[in-house]
Amino acid sequence: MQKMTNFFRRSGLFGANVGKIVILCLISCPVLAAYDVNIPAPASPIAEQIYNLHMYILWVCATIFVVVFGFMFYSFFKFRRSKGAKPDVNFHESTLIEIIWTIIPFIILIAMAVPATKTVLDMKDTSAPDMTIKVTGFQWGWRYDYSAENFGFYSNLSTPWSQVGQPGSGPSEKQGSDYLLEVDNPLVVPIGKRVRLLITSNDVIHGWYVPQLGINQYGIPGFIKDVWFKADKVGTFKGQCSQICGKLHGYMPITVIVKSEAEYADWVEKSKAKWSTKASAETPVAAAPAEEDNKTFTMAEAKDKGEKIYSANCVACHQPTGKGMPPAFPALAGSKVVLGTSEQQIGLLLNGKPGTAMQSFARLSNSEIAAVITYTKNSFGNSVGKVTQPADIKAARK
Amino acid sequence: MSTTTAHDHAHDHSHDHAPGGLMRYFTTTNHKDIGTMYLWFAFTMFFIGGAMALGIRAELFQPGLQYLQPEFFNSLTTVHALVMIFGAVMPAFVGFANWLIPMQIGAADMAFPRMNNWSFWIMIPAAILLMATFFVPGGAAASGWTLYPPLVMQGGMGVDMSILALHLLGASSIMGSINIITTLLNLRAPGMTLMKMPLFCWTWLITAYLLIATMPVLAGAITMILTDRHFGTSFFNAAGGGDPTMFMHIFWFFGHPEVYILILPAFGIVSSIIPAFARKPLFGYASMVYATGSIAILSFIVWGHHMFTVGMPAAGQLFFMYATMLIAVPTGVKIFNWIATMWRGSLTFETPMLFCIGFLCMFTLGGFSGLVLSIVAVDITLHNTYYVVAHFHYVLFPGAIWGLTAAVYFYLPKFTGKMYSETLGKWHFWVSAIAFNVTFFPQHFLGLAGMPRRIPDYALQYAEWNAISTIGAFALGFSQLIFLYNVVTTIRSGEKAKDKQWEGADSLEWTHLPSPAPYHTFETPPVLK
Amino acid sequence: MSATTGGYYFAPPSKWPVVGSTALFFVMTGLALWMNEIQPWGYTSLAVGFAILLYMLVGWFGIVIHESESGLYNEQMDTSYRWSMSWFIFSEVMFFSAFFGALFYARVFSVPWLGDFDNALIWQGYEAKWPTMGPYLDPNPAFQFSPMSAWGLPAINTALLLSSGVTVTWAHHALIANKRHQLILGLFLTILLGAVFLGVQGYEYYHAYSDLNLKLSSGVFGSTFFMLTGFHGFHVTLGVIMLTVILGRCIKGHFKPEHHFGFEAVAWYWHFVDVVWLGLFVVVYWLV
Ligand code: HEA
Ligand code: HEA
Ligand code: HEC
Ligand code: CUA
Ligand SMILES: [Cu+2]
Repeated sequence: MQKMTNFFRRSGLFGANVGKIVILCLISCPVLAAYDVNIPAPASPIAEQIYNLHMYILWVCATIFVVVFGFMFYSFFKFRRSKGAKPDVNFHESTLIEIIWTIIPFIILIAMAVPATKTVLDMKDTSAPDMTIKVTGFQWGWRYDYSAENFGFYSNLSTPWSQVGQPGSGPSEKQGSDYLLEVDNPLVVPIGKRVRLLITSNDVIHGWYVPQLGINQYGIPGFIKDVWFKADKVGTFKGQCSQICGKLHGYMPITVIVKSEAEYADWVEKSKAKWSTKASAETPVAAAPAEEDNKTFTMAEAKDKGEKIYSANCVACHQPTGKGMPPAFPALAGSKVVLGTSEQQIGLLLNGKPGTAMQSFARLSNSEIAAVITYTKNSFGNSVGKVTQPADIKAARK
Repeated sequence: MSTTTAHDHAHDHSHDHAPGGLMRYFTTTNHKDIGTMYLWFAFTMFFIGGAMALGIRAELFQPGLQYLQPEFFNSLTTVHALVMIFGAVMPAFVGFANWLIPMQIGAADMAFPRMNNWSFWIMIPAAILLMATFFVPGGAAASGWTLYPPLVMQGGMGVDMSILALHLLGASSIMGSINIITTLLNLRAPGMTLMKMPLFCWTWLITAYLLIATMPVLAGAITMILTDRHFGTSFFNAAGGGDPTMFMHIFWFFGHPEVYILILPAFGIVSSIIPAFARKPLFGYASMVYATGSIAILSFIVWGHHMFTVGMPAAGQLFFMYATMLIAVPTGVKIFNWIATMWRGSLTFETPMLFCIGFLCMFTLGGFSGLVLSIVAVDITLHNTYYVVAHFHYVLFPGAIWGLTAAVYFYLPKFTGKMYSETLGKWHFWVSAIAFNVTFFPQHFLGLAGMPRRIPDYALQYAEWNAISTIGAFALGFSQLIFLYNVVTTIRSGEKAKDKQWEGADSLEWTHLPSPAPYHTFETPPVLK
Repeated sequence: MSATTGGYYFAPPSKWPVVGSTALFFVMTGLALWMNEIQPWGYTSLAVGFAILLYMLVGWFGIVIHESESGLYNEQMDTSYRWSMSWFIFSEVMFFSAFFGALFYARVFSVPWLGDFDNALIWQGYEAKWPTMGPYLDPNPAFQFSPMSAWGLPAINTALLLSSGVTVTWAHHALIANKRHQLILGLFLTILLGAVFLGVQGYEYYHAYSDLNLKLSSGVFGSTFFMLTGFHGFHVTLGVIMLTVILGRCIKGHFKPEHHFGFEAVAWYWHFVDVVWLGLFVVVYWLV
């Protein structure tokens, strides 16, 4: 198999080139080795069990398939009229046969159910965790809270949008090898520890799905569901949001890095400094250097910075044009809130609007919020003129 | 032997002064007219839904966004499924039920001919509402066909319109089912006992029961969505004491029986066609009936297998896993019976038979992937990945659609009195069989490798299989054009068909009626031995 | 026009199905517009839709009644009607079970879960109890409500509906015994009881909103309470309308002691509505 793959690699048939794929498709469907065809290598005991369970059931089913359709194809050749077969019209009833082929599948099913049950029980046993992390999905990213250590952070897609591209023109930059699977701040856990995840969501249902750890769990807004895993390999494991959650459902990946214990301890120390939630658990203030808070923006500075913040955080809903996608996502161009007082808009950004997709952006730093507000107030045809300053935000956070 | 009965029907009764032209269809109370309308409606919707699928596949041809906005992609996925399920497969089955059930049980028409016409015409406003959602502000529903809250709360007016369309389609289905069930229970010719009915009648009897039991539940669930959206209720909102998971329970209580609604009538069709081409009675008729009944009963207690990842207690997971696995037993019985029907038969392989054989192999494959998914732990890695997409297209396309296709080829001679082109039919089969597998087999690999469903864009490791799948999808679309061409040319200029086109067919529509079947049949019930 | 051939009555072509579908198109479009506050198109479309629907109902039932009174329906048709009405009522039962299921689920699963240990992370201090408005609204004094007591208005309503079940049965016996006066009286009483029931329910809703602060938006309790009782009330309204039509027909001398399925169908429906109420009374009012 490996040889064949190499042959195809060398012959260049596997390039992403369209024409080649057509040829490939026509001539070489049987050659599978260069492509992923199976569950990725497990990295936790449960994932391991899942992997084996799947292989077991796959082979049982494949065998049944071959046997059952063996009979069918045999009869195609044996009992075809062109070979002079005469129908045996009396062969249409047999209680004995019916009983046999009811009981045999039943027994096979029991043989499948036994190991399957064991895995379920292991999987659901979330007792005695070594550590607990709260995972919160939101449109469209994740937040991880290490409650015991008093820190938490957001984890967002870090692939640049230019690699994704725009419908009509397509991507304007070559896609990197981790395209759509890379995040700014991955989840980090130590190896060999029972990690319990408390999974929930802020807005709609998301799915925290990392196949190599054997976890796929919906985050359901308003509820906490728990799962556990124990990573037994150091490394980086990727996953994606598994439950449709709106526009950017395809763009909220998950990355888990499993570290050795020492490295993990190191990381925790750094993270505590960076993402401490001691001050207030509910509205974590992104740690921005204090001098930024005291800065006074000019209009140009603010708009410049604000545009970046806007395109990183707001475009998904309110669109680059500021026209939104009514009625789901209101236009900011001409919006009463945007044209109104800054207090109002600061409040909205800090607290979000419960029950809507407009979540709290309290995780942005004071200067970032100030900048983005100034930007929205003075773009898309809005011209309020006033420059909102980081100090205003700081005051509002109190 | 069959022609001797033809003269009974040669004189068309003048008792209904049917208006001509289009008005005939607007006002008809004739089961065959209504059946025809259902079938054309379904065929149209199948092409619309298929065109949407091609939109989906085109976007998925390569990583990155090429053609569609993500939100629009989600809308396409959602409406593709709704159109295929509620607009194509279900109406097509009802169309065949209308045509065939009265003929197969020796009845003159359906029990409630006017209501019959209404069930059809209700679908038209529903279809208009559903398609119009693409043109209202906020666009069509984009939450997946399962309409899970809270995501569905974020949609615009399109969601409300889709829900109201579903209400209408549900009403249509319930009326249709009541009609069918009543016809079957009450209008059988003397001597046509229940256990003598062709299996198509049996499977429809049970399907109608499933529909009447579950469509109202769907109606309830989506009504709760409407009130949550607009009238301040908190059914699915934790803040008010509700639970989004509750919607899933109610939805899937409908949803799982629904998937059997999409397959049982196809089982019935296959059970009529295979014996015809094996020239031998169906093997194990009684056990087929019981198996269908068991599937229907079990289908009410397995809904949780769509929800293994919501975090239900282990006991719940195990219960739903065991119950789901059990369905393999009666389904297996059916598969075995079909194969035993071929055993010691005298087989020929005309187009309808080819589609039935395709059905057997591919549906079983889809059943096996279903079984894999029913294993809770395995479902954890596969839930909401393309493996699921592969599973249900394997049971739906070669299952429901090929069952229907086989029926179209099998019954065209009876319905139109003209014979289709066998050559084109075989082309249709082979192209779609190959294209189907090229499209959907790789999706198993994508799912195993972890590619989520309902995404417009994907990581690079999924690129190759997706490209292949897209090519397959376009070939599959092309094969459906062969189908369309074949049907249209048959109707316009096919050769004359025999009254008993298939020598092995033995139900009343073949043995007692000419081809094409006259407008009114069995005005006096046939005499059965 | 020979109406029956070999026992089967061939319904002549009819425009009513298409008229009905047109009506539904306007009703549904109207609903969608209305819910999204697109006025006056919403109201207009609804009005047009309901007008056509009324036209259709009058016309369609007109034919059916006419056919029935002309003796076009044989015994087979009668049995068909029986089957279909039974299945229709079964479908209604399933519709209500969705809402009963929601109530069951909220009480047995979602509310206790919301109050459990894990969820205290989100909803500190929420105590699972019933009735509840859920963890977000419960602490808010502005939303506090009291549940409807079972032994006031609802108990009266139970008595009303139960007696109406008796009167309709009495009317049925009278019909079979061909005592037309008792028939009309029995039906009239049934309708009266039904109407009073609706009046009491209307008052009960008013009481809930104005005195108890119990609203449709009072969390999951309010949702299930009003949706269950509301859909029930809607069915009672339909029942009363149908009974009124039957009463009119009885006064005109329709129905015969041995042939009156129209009457029976409505009586079945009425009993169904009655039984649903008993369920409601127990799980919605009594077991609070
Ligand atoms: C026609 C429609 C149809 C049919 C018939 C089936 C049949 C089955 N389905 Fe499928 N299913 C769908 C349509 C259908 N499904 C759809 C549309 C979805 C996705 C919904 C969504 O999320 O959008 C879905 C999703 C779905 C899931 C959820 C996956 C997930 O979301 O994670 C599961 C899990 O258990 C499942 C299981 C099964 C099983 C066990 C069967 C069984 O009935 C199959 C039984 C058949 C066989 C097993 C083969 C023949 C048997 C033998 C030859 C006998 C011997 C065999 C053995 C002893 C093994 N299905
Ligand atoms: C009976 C049901 C049914 C049928 C028949 C189909 C048929 C097809 N489906 Fe469908 N599909 C569903 C039911 C069905 N599907 C459901 C329930 C979902 C889940 C939705 C959700 O997630 O909510 C789904 C989702 C779904 C997805 C996943 C989307 C996503 O997760 O984002 C994909 C992707 O490949 C897909 C593809 C196809 C294809 C290629 C066909 C093909 O078989 C279609 C073939 C037919 C045609 C192509 C039409 C005929 C020809 C023309 C229109 C003429 C033009 C032709 C050419 C130019 C070539 N479907
Ligand atoms: C996940 C989608 C989403 C994102 C991302 C988002 N918003 Fe919003 N926003 C909404 C929704 C939905 C509303 C409407 C809430 C309501 O129903 O009133 C809204 C409302 C607003 C309003 C009030 C508009 C009005 O007229 O009512 C402002 C101002 C606003 N958002 C600014 C922002 C800014 C600034 C950002 C980025 C930092 C942002 N939003 C990011 C979804 C989003
Ligand atoms: Cu989050 Cu999908
Ligand atoms: Cu299912």
